Amino acid sequence: MNFGFSDEHDAIRDTLARMLRDHATLAVAHDCLEAADGFDSATWTALADGGWLGLAIAEDYGGAAMGAIELAIVAEEIGRSLAAIPFGPVLGLAIPAIQDLGTQSQRENLLPRIAEGRMIVTAALAEDGGSAPERVSAKVLQDRLSGRKSPVSFASDASFAIVAALDEGGTARFYLADLSDPSVSISALDAIDRTRPTSEIVFHDTPVELLPGSDPAAIRTLLDGAAVLAAFEQIGLAERALFLTRDYACERQAFGRQIGSFQAVKHRLADMFAKIELARSNAFFGAWALASGDERLSEAAAVARLAALDAVQFTTEESVQLHGGIGFTWAADPHLFLRRGWQLKAELGLADLWRERLLCNLADGQRAAN
Amino acid sequence: MDFSDSPEEAAFRAKARDWLDANTTRRNGSEKAQDHFMARDADEVARARDWQARKADAGWAGLTWPRAFGGRDATPIEQVIWNQEEGRYAVPPNVFLIGIGLVGPTVMIHGTEDQKTRFLPRALTGEDIWCQLFSEPAAGSDLAGIRTRARREDDEWVISGQKVWTSGAQYSTHGILLARTDPQVPKHKGMTMFLVDMSDPAIETRPIRQISGSSSFNEVFIDNLRVPDSARLGGVSEGWKVALTTLMNERFSISVGRASGGARAEELIDLATRVERNGRPAIEDDEVRARIADFIARQRGLEFTSYRVMTSLSRGQAPGEEGSIGKLLLGKLRQEMGAFGMDLAGTSAGISAKVGDDVARWRNEYLTAPGNRIAGGSDEIQRTIIGERILGLPPEVRVDKDVAFSEL
Repeated sequence: MNFGFSDEHDAIRDTLARMLRDHATLAVAHDCLEAADGFDSATWTALADGGWLGLAIAEDYGGAAMGAIELAIVAEEIGRSLAAIPFGPVLGLAIPAIQDLGTQSQRENLLPRIAEGRMIVTAALAEDGGSAPERVSAKVLQDRLSGRKSPVSFASDASFAIVAALDEGGTARFYLADLSDPSVSISALDAIDRTRPTSEIVFHDTPVELLPGSDPAAIRTLLDGAAVLAAFEQIGLAERALFLTRDYACERQAFGRQIGSFQAVKHRLADMFAKIELARSNAFFGAWALASGDERLSEAAAVARLAALDAVQFTTEESVQLHGGIGFTWAADPHLFLRRGWQLKAELGLADLWRERLLCNLADGQRAAN
Repeated sequence: MDFSDSPEEAAFRAKARDWLDANTTRRNGSEKAQDHFMARDADEVARARDWQARKADAGWAGLTWPRAFGGRDATPIEQVIWNQEEGRYAVPPNVFLIGIGLVGPTVMIHGTEDQKTRFLPRALTGEDIWCQLFSEPAAGSDLAGIRTRARREDDEWVISGQKVWTSGAQYSTHGILLARTDPQVPKHKGMTMFLVDMSDPAIETRPIRQISGSSSFNEVFIDNLRVPDSARLGGVSEGWKVALTTLMNERFSISVGRASGGARAEELIDLATRVERNGRPAIEDDEVRARIADFIARQRGLEFTSYRVMTSLSRGQAPGEEGSIGKLLLGKLRQEMGAFGMDLAGTSAGISAKVGDDVARWRNEYLTAPGNRIAGGSDEIQRTIIGERILGLPPEVRVDKDVAFSEL
């Protein structure tokens, strides 16, 4: 039985964690919260310089050709750092879409530049805030795209977007759109997490290129993979929020003792821990399924996502609560985690969506067995 | 990251399977795994003894015990593999779990040479069956609060008191008993451990009926039981230290044991397709779908948590932090699933023949789940352990720590 990370994996984690601790501090996160564009470009550049952005890109395109397990480690550490960078849209969605579903020339044009940090390609899948990315109304006619996509993270910093839209036969496919085209208009949305610039994009007869491999099954697999990585990002975030709160509970005194010695506080922290570890177990299931290309990926992604959503929401809300009055202030850290948690929820769809994916997947499996 | 055995693990598994194939029969598909360690009647005890003797004869008993004591010197992961493999066969319940998993290792560490020779071989072969006489009416989570007294009279100890929640006492031949020998010192310091013969007429065992209607544990009354000083396990007043060894081994036995069976969340999908809610099949109801999906996600989490525990064992490490959550989350999940199953079955047809079996099944799940939440450290104690040992939170304020037991 070998259901966990290896010593080599731990070494990768330590290297990245050190780098992130130097660059993406919570003070930087607070600054990004106040900035007009919250993108932390310094950390993004440092990640590119360290080779982290190309971790899962093939060597032919300037990457390190590592797999899903290594990517999961990166996701968790970036989640923990709260860095204001487009990990999910770029490493979770755009890179695998281009690499696995794109053309040779799309790969050659885009992947090296993404790996070097010279270009951001984001993903514009959802419409109206949270619908299933494969159920969209944006349409492509004769290689021209029209429709509205929202929310889109980091659209203002991105050169291109992978857009989910219906082809002429009414099937959802992925297209590559140049966001600098004059037919594209981007307007900022008032999102809960301003360290994650969020926009609505309106395309009007915008020239696009099809990613030819993007049939419905491939799109589902891609989203499942992104959900697994997001679960690791969520777990990193939740765990940091837990330890932040633990530290506060050890330091803060009331009624003549540390508040962490009261069961009302101690037991809530234990519940946070339990939810995070349960989510981690499902995320491991997801990472294994993603890395091995197992047919249970869809089920694994759904249970990883559901457990991660639950762990993040509980942990971040109770982190604010257990900090008391200070936790309710703008200057304190807990709300940074709360906000990021909501943003990560919005980017890949709410629990309802993933519950349905899980049940439909199990029902399909049962039918196949019969 | 994978679920495969290492070459050594695979070889061990093959060897175990070969022996099991040659010595017993596989369960057929519909037969439930024997995941409990309680016998229902004397016949089951006899079958368990017979099976244990054959295992011991072939070297498959007390796997993790040292060879010096008749064991196999197996690693914890090999114990897990054995448990998995044995679980595929139609074998009687493992009524020797306490003797081999808890008492044996405690005797090895704290026992005299005489105690080791007298008790260890008979525990291994299944001649002796052990129970754990720890909890009392006034000492459950706070075990060190026990009141059963042992008084020294010349070369003997005279023990009187009451124990409770004693699993298997009705058919056990021996018990490991924690008693208070010195009430004039703080409670953790005045206890001593004994090994007692359950057939002594001074011990009376009465079954306790649980809320599910069945009886798997007992209250045990001890009235002037006289034992020689050679029945003492470990030093006088060192009972707490001895008890901690037993409890540590209990945790280990739980962590390598087969996860308590219970219902699979997918069974709720099957039920929801057969019953109606608001005039249509319940499976089409959004709330029903959401609840079932969440149950499945939680149950998968527990399943994959157990693989993480096994991975730690496989790497020769103690089960890590992940091991502590399974116990905390399992009981509550079973309880909620049981309640939901009853709701589903009940809204359709109450106890009619159509869903009668379902009602009974989920009701039983619901009424046995509280046992998971209480036995072996209640949910509340588990949370305190996670808080203090894993998260490093400050300990509870203790008002009883430095006070003589008699003053409490």
